[in-house]
Amino acid sequence: MPSLARLAQSAAAAAVLLTSALPALADGEVNVYTTREPGLIQPLLDSFTKETGIKANVIFVKEGLAERVATEGANSPADLLSVVDYGNLIELVDRGLTQPVKTEALEAAIPANLRDADGQWYALSMRARVIYASKDRVKDETLTYEDLADPRFKGKVCIRSGQHPYNTSLIAAMIEKDGADATKTWLTDVKGNLARKAGGGDRDVARDILANLCDVGIANSYYVGLMRSGKGGPEQQEWGNAIRVILPTFKDKAGTHVNVSGAAVAKNAPNKENAVKLLEFLASQEAQEIYAKANFEYPVRAGVAADPIIAELGTLTVDPTPLTAIANDRKQASELVDVVGFDD
Amino acid sequence: MTDSAMTAPRAGTRSTRSDHLWLVGCALVALLALAPILGLVFFAARGSGTLWPHLIANVLPAAARTTALLLLGVGILVTAIGIGAAWLVTAYRFPGRRILEWALLLPLSVPSYVMAYAYLDVVHPIGPLQTGLRNLLGITDPRGLPFPDIRSLGGAIFLLGLILYPYVYLPVRALFVMQSASMLEASRTLGADRFRTFRTVALPLARPAVAVGVSLALMEALNDIGASEFLGVRTLTVAIYTTWVTRSSIEGAAQIALVMLAIVFALVLIERLGRRGMNYSGPRGNKPAMAQPLSGLSGLVATLLCAAPILLGFVVPASYLVVSAWRRIQLGGIPADLWVWTGNSLLFAAVAALITVGVGLFLASAGRMSRRKSLHGLIRLSGIGYAIPGTVLAVGLLVPIAGLDNWIADAIKGIWGRSPGLILMSSGAALILAYCLRFLAISIGGIEAGFTRISPSIDMAAHALGAGTGRLLGGIHVPLLSPAIAAAGLLVFVDCMKELPATLLLRPFNFETLATYVYGEAARGTYEDGAIAALVIVVIGMLPVALLARAGTRAEKRTIVG
Repeated sequence: MPSLARLAQSAAAAAVLLTSALPALADGEVNVYTTREPGLIQPLLDSFTKETGIKANVIFVKEGLAERVATEGANSPADLLSVVDYGNLIELVDRGLTQPVKTEALEAAIPANLRDADGQWYALSMRARVIYASKDRVKDETLTYEDLADPRFKGKVCIRSGQHPYNTSLIAAMIEKDGADATKTWLTDVKGNLARKAGGGDRDVARDILANLCDVGIANSYYVGLMRSGKGGPEQQEWGNAIRVILPTFKDKAGTHVNVSGAAVAKNAPNKENAVKLLEFLASQEAQEIYAKANFEYPVRAGVAADPIIAELGTLTVDPTPLTAIANDRKQASELVDVVGFDD
Repeated sequence: MTDSAMTAPRAGTRSTRSDHLWLVGCALVALLALAPILGLVFFAARGSGTLWPHLIANVLPAAARTTALLLLGVGILVTAIGIGAAWLVTAYRFPGRRILEWALLLPLSVPSYVMAYAYLDVVHPIGPLQTGLRNLLGITDPRGLPFPDIRSLGGAIFLLGLILYPYVYLPVRALFVMQSASMLEASRTLGADRFRTFRTVALPLARPAVAVGVSLALMEALNDIGASEFLGVRTLTVAIYTTWVTRSSIEGAAQIALVMLAIVFALVLIERLGRRGMNYSGPRGNKPAMAQPLSGLSGLVATLLCAAPILLGFVVPASYLVVSAWRRIQLGGIPADLWVWTGNSLLFAAVAALITVGVGLFLASAGRMSRRKSLHGLIRLSGIGYAIPGTVLAVGLLVPIAGLDNWIADAIKGIWGRSPGLILMSSGAALILAYCLRFLAISIGGIEAGFTRISPSIDMAAHALGAGTGRLLGGIHVPLLSPAIAAAGLLVFVDCMKELPATLLLRPFNFETLATYVYGEAARGTYEDGAIAALVIVVIGMLPVALLARAGTRAEKRTIVG
């Protein structure tokens, strides 16, 4: 039975892995620590290897990526640290786990507001925090984030945990714009409007809208692509088709709140050259198209089109507040969520 | 009840040398078990600024209340199902009993995060259950049925209780099976009916097994993050997680974790103090109690009572996985690397289970042979890894492991001039260690519970006949303990297979297990891709149950014939 043979083979391979260390220092390799799911990062790494011949080793870590790199210290095999959320990128820098990298290719590909001034990190894709609204039950063409606190949405709002980084990021941006007091009032009012306990994931907003549990909610843009494309199966396609997507702004109408995924070269990278090559590849036309197609994110590189499903949502105007400024309000945002008992 | 310390002769009274060996061994294990706690202390000591006033004012009271209610609910549920089912299958004969007896273990194979995903899908207003009911009743509005939301504290209690009751059922059933007929028959001769016998004889005798089972189940519930977070239940563990991830304060997270650990340890100690001085062993050489046949309606009721937890805790999530996996296979076939992930899961779980059971047997034997107080303290400390959430244990373990790893790397570099990299991390040894430390309590507890069923007079007789400690252990204890050892091994193996947070954090490069794959797919919403791997976890989790069933049946036959 070939399957048994493969099983034995993999067991043997794992046994070798167990008993012998894999020195990840050999030439022609690059070691990636990432919080991005393997299904998403693997196609990018595969094309990189195909193009350059450099083998990419990867560990998908959920939490504790920074702790792992920090405790591994000088001998850490990590070359490139790839994470979601600007807060995490900035934290890596603050903890001294990154090193500055500057190349023409990177600076040409990635706009200045989407990278660290010293080259400590580079954003590689963007996702917008958008509003999902019921096609049948919500008539508004445009909405602001602040509108979700409106009493007319009483018992009609769905959202995931207020403590989720996607939400604390948005709340921090609101603190930056409207001030902490107004944001606290907003949180209290939105909490009062909730149709169900804050929880689940972003896709559950669409599912619960289809189920008539709620009419509006906040979620990330790429989930629309994942659902509507059928990649998550026919049921999710139904959820995706039940909603209308509004690209909201804050009440100043300046633009939609976006977050980023990005990467940084590790401070003790044993294969620094290859790490830079990989970073440049991730900012290249080819990789940016994969970001757009595989996960329906907005590319950061000018001239690369978003996936048609995402482009259809409308023209994205990015809120101009610098991410580094918002980052300072993250802690307060998280505390406000607790203070108003948003998740209770 | 006699004071066991008064009647049990201990090897320690004869040989101080073997006593020293036990002590040194236990001290080494305890030291290793404390390593991740020291890592947490290291983080906690860095200070967390102004975090605590905020936590005390806004987070911890509610989180503590939620956690207490969750534990209370899960505790009641697992005790009721676990003891009830164990008593039914051992005291009575009814249709399907032989199958149900073992099938009751099946929910063990379902990871809590899979349970949560599955149930949310199944009982969602637009899921199959409510849609079917509405069609039946002719209701069109998806909100037409007043169905309770599974995303609630009640939902979490229900789901966790259904997959955790086997922790109680397994040891309690083993105990009821071993309980000699004479005690139960004495009770009945004195005029007590079955229920009174259960209440006044069987149940009190089962207390060590119930205590072990319930405390394991409660620690699983306490440390659960997958299901609780998904269902929006804000427990202390979720608060730790939020403090770490959202507030970027590993320091604060470590501090909450240490406080929580202190409380758990105090509770476990109180329970043990309550049992101190009790002797739960039964008379030797007795036939096991004969089961009473139930026929007609009462037989049917017994069948249904035992079938219900299996249906809800196993059949529902497993069928959900089968349907989802089938859809995925029709769309894109079986993922090519499924066998690699399966191999990784099997190998790591098996190695960790073997080590964990071996160490657990050593510690439990030490506890049996030596009367040193300090040694018993060390044994309790060794199980500490089970009392902290897996994700916290893993991050705590990073500090000492990476420190040691760097030390080794630098030493080798000093000798050969070339660094080998971080050997412990990149070989998977760190991960195996994390599994062992996390689940050692299961193995110690299970084997200790087995020891309580072996009368101290056996040890006395063996010593009187000149058997040394080695012969007593190898020739008498281990054979008598083999069901308990097998059960402990099974629990650890299945737990390692399902383990997620430590695996994610400590794994080597390019290393995927079934659990990490399921998580990776579920996290980006391609549940159906993950369903196949989740199904494999469940199916592999069933195999040890089947093995145990065969071994158990043989052992029972042997007892009856002999």
